[in-house]
Amino acid sequence: MPRIAVTVDGIRYEEDVEPRLLLVHLLRDRLGKTGTPVGCDTSNCGACTVMLDGKSVKSCSVLAVQADGSDVVTVEGLSANGDMHPMQRAFHEEHALQCGYCTPGMVMAAIDLLREDPDPSEEAIRKGLEGNLCRCTGYCNIVRAVRRGAQSMGQAVTTP
Amino acid sequence: MTEELDAGLVAQQIAESGQVSEPEGKREVGKARRRKEDSRLLTGRTTWTDNIQLPGLLHVAFKRSPMAHARIAGVDVSAARDMPGVVAVFSGQDVADEQGSLPCAWPVSDDIVIPDHPPMAVSEVRYPGEAVACVVATDRYLAADALDAIDVDYEPLPPVLDMTEALTEASPKVHESGNRAFTWNFAQGDIEAAFRDAPVLIDRTYVQQRLIPTAMEPRAVTATTDGESFTLWSSTQIPHVLRVMLALTTGIPEHRLRVIAPDVGGGFGSKLQVTAEEVLCLLLTRRLGKPVKWTESRSEGNLTVHHGRDQIQHIALAAEADGRIRGLKVELLADMGAYLMLVTPGVPLLGAFMFNGIYKMDAYSFDCTGVFTTKMPTDAYRGAGRPEATYAIERVMDELAAELNLDPIEVRRRNWIRHEEFPYTTVAGLTYDSGNYEAATEKALSLFGYDKLRAEQSDRRDRGEPVQLGIGVSTYTEMCGLAPSRVLGSLSYGAGGWEHGSVRMLPTGKVEVVTGTSPHGQGHETAWSQIVADALGVPFDDIAVVHGDTAISHKGMDTYGSRSLVVGGMAVLQACEKVKEKARKLAAHMLECSPDDLEFVEGTFRVKGTGSSKTIQELALAAFAAHDLPEGVEPRLDADATFDPENFSFPHGTHLCAIEVDTETGMARIRKYVAVDDVGHVVNPLIVEGQVHGGLAQGIAQALYEEAVHDAEGNLLTTTMADYLLPSAADLPDFVTDRTETPATSNPLGVKGVGEAGTIASTPAVVNAIVDALRPHGVHDIQMPCTPERIWRAIR
Ligand code: FES
Ligand code: FES
Repeated sequence: MPRIAVTVDGIRYEEDVEPRLLLVHLLRDRLGKTGTPVGCDTSNCGACTVMLDGKSVKSCSVLAVQADGSDVVTVEGLSANGDMHPMQRAFHEEHALQCGYCTPGMVMAAIDLLREDPDPSEEAIRKGLEGNLCRCTGYCNIVRAVRRGAQSMGQAVTTP
Repeated sequence: MTEELDAGLVAQQIAESGQVSEPEGKREVGKARRRKEDSRLLTGRTTWTDNIQLPGLLHVAFKRSPMAHARIAGVDVSAARDMPGVVAVFSGQDVADEQGSLPCAWPVSDDIVIPDHPPMAVSEVRYPGEAVACVVATDRYLAADALDAIDVDYEPLPPVLDMTEALTEASPKVHESGNRAFTWNFAQGDIEAAFRDAPVLIDRTYVQQRLIPTAMEPRAVTATTDGESFTLWSSTQIPHVLRVMLALTTGIPEHRLRVIAPDVGGGFGSKLQVTAEEVLCLLLTRRLGKPVKWTESRSEGNLTVHHGRDQIQHIALAAEADGRIRGLKVELLADMGAYLMLVTPGVPLLGAFMFNGIYKMDAYSFDCTGVFTTKMPTDAYRGAGRPEATYAIERVMDELAAELNLDPIEVRRRNWIRHEEFPYTTVAGLTYDSGNYEAATEKALSLFGYDKLRAEQSDRRDRGEPVQLGIGVSTYTEMCGLAPSRVLGSLSYGAGGWEHGSVRMLPTGKVEVVTGTSPHGQGHETAWSQIVADALGVPFDDIAVVHGDTAISHKGMDTYGSRSLVVGGMAVLQACEKVKEKARKLAAHMLECSPDDLEFVEGTFRVKGTGSSKTIQELALAAFAAHDLPEGVEPRLDADATFDPENFSFPHGTHLCAIEVDTETGMARIRKYVAVDDVGHVVNPLIVEGQVHGGLAQGIAQALYEEAVHDAEGNLLTTTMADYLLPSAADLPDFVTDRTETPATSNPLGVKGVGEAGTIASTPAVVNAIVDALRPHGVHDIQMPCTPERIWRAIR
């Protein structure tokens, strides 16, 4: 079994993993990072989105071995210094979540979206979130939250 | 700093944040309060059922039928038993005597056939994905591996797919008794007279395609036992109903069974069920003495989460030459799928009372046949019966308008119940307590810019532009607050529709509220806190709401059918009233006055005309200390209440959709969507708006995107999210939503319920808009979902 080293939310782990183990299952079942949920088995829903070396990825479509040597940030690590990330705050303020199952992935995808386009139009937000499905909100408030998040993050958009 | 501390800080930060501006004013009800639930959901501190880890936890996987219909000649599990990590493998036959039958709680008619429904098939599979065996292993990957080693010998049988054919003599049978599950009919008024020589007759057939509810959280079950008692965590909407049903079907005594619905990631009816997997996980933990967990994959879920809708509706309407309706006939075929699950047969019946919509008429008849097919059973899906009914009547109203060359709004105006006519008993026998259809419609028309869009439409028509504009309207009502127990009884449902609430003042002055409702995204913790804050005069943040655990919340009927606020919120309010009465007695005793001399203002009892007073928090502490209680008053300030509604509540509204349809490609794009809903008094406008948005997305998706598709052999083709098209942010418009507020008179809060309104109203609004765009091309109907291909073909 390959041994990998991966940093998750600021903590370094060394783990023996089967080559087929998905990153999301490493996070959830082995490291207890259950804040990242699974919504599908075809990489369509985006619920499992995390940051891998600063870019959003669907952790159900990454093998744990591929993450060897990487830095992973999950939704639990976004607020690691005690400050809620502006995007999390924006989701709260705009009531952009209901059951909350899609939310960790949405927040991650939204942050990554702003990395590429710090001041996105409504259309750009809608296009940018195409890979993240939400069954509860109808997306209106999510779009508003991303806009608000963009405003409060300002031009100096830094990914965690 | 540890993560635990971080999460606490974050939560505190939300609560204290100056940036999160809360509205002014003392009253909590009516405020757009940001939700209490959010902090844990946003920071990943949730307890989804799949998050639960127990020492020695084993993982369960199910071997599922690849065929719609087959006899099981044999199941060989021996090779699977030898696989690494495998603890046990069982076929349906192995547990045949123990597994019982999944329950149906709604035997709607005397002629109903309720077939035996084993959680794992024993001799015959009747829908694709039906479980035939299960593996228990030390790891979820190993459990999945072992499934491949199970050898099932199937003898294929002919599938039964089409409801009309299923009812013919020649059809293969799903069950020995035949394919008719039940018939149910109901008539009011002289329907023959209404149709005799009617100046206008509209006769249509509409198809409600089969839908897959698709909550984002896949279903999951964890079960454990200490040898005597059992605990079951399930991503369920109905922990209380589930406990009763599991006790009745598994033989585990009810007092030895605790059911917990932790954080649940959406339901929409799909988690209103007693599932095979819940029963089997209990059985497996009992047999093995170890905790077990099953979490479905999405493709497993698409196959085996109960499906929704699936009806063929023949609807005939007789009207006068001026458009006034005389009578309505509905003949319904409802696809039950292979078995009757918890409320499967009841779903079309809920629609029976809604086909007449908001319109006055003298006669109505409804005939329904429930049909067995070799498909996944259907059951409640967001709206359950009401979206189907509303679709048919709102589509037919547009056909009536077209026939008479009237504006669709005008036809509705000529028929709807006027504001001054409420309460109004409809032809279907329901009494609508309140409503103001004119006001909602006026507001919607003006927000929409109706006249301007109509002008643009005729402009485009005149110029023969390739992209045509269609305008669709839907003026709907629905029934929420399911349901008065006596009504459920009269419809043969197995239980009542009351709800429970418990309010406990704690010694420190904080408040714990226990509700029998079981939310999964609806924000009960916030809304219930608002209600209690006003009723007891305590701060919003001093209130905690507990739910979803039968060991703590021991009574309840759970969350579905937009009943939580209307029934559960009322129970909580009533419990507050009882707490206040008890506090009043204690205050009178302590202040040495008569209870009648006390006034209760913002949490303080004051002796009228004097300065002496006691806050409710002081009284809570005194009631805890119990040093000096008045005669007959027990320690602690707390109370239980149950509320049984006397009537349903009837939200209503007007939805308008403008859609651009490209006649060359068939592409349809929503240009503007306006929803004006009247949900009575509003406890939290933010939550109401959110519910409307989500409902709209689901109703629009039925009109444009979603459909469970089977091939000729009966295999489900839409097993993944790549095949079953859920709308993304890029597919939907920004919705314009607004409200009118006509309080319900059937409950003291004046609330009506909102969870399903958007879904019910939007499907016909969208399809009416598409048909409206294409009428000049001779198009009168398009089968849902209105895909570009279907639209393109309809034009040709
Ligand atoms: S779980 Fe990863 S995309 Fe759905
Ligand atoms: S909030 Fe429930 S899926 Fe997005």
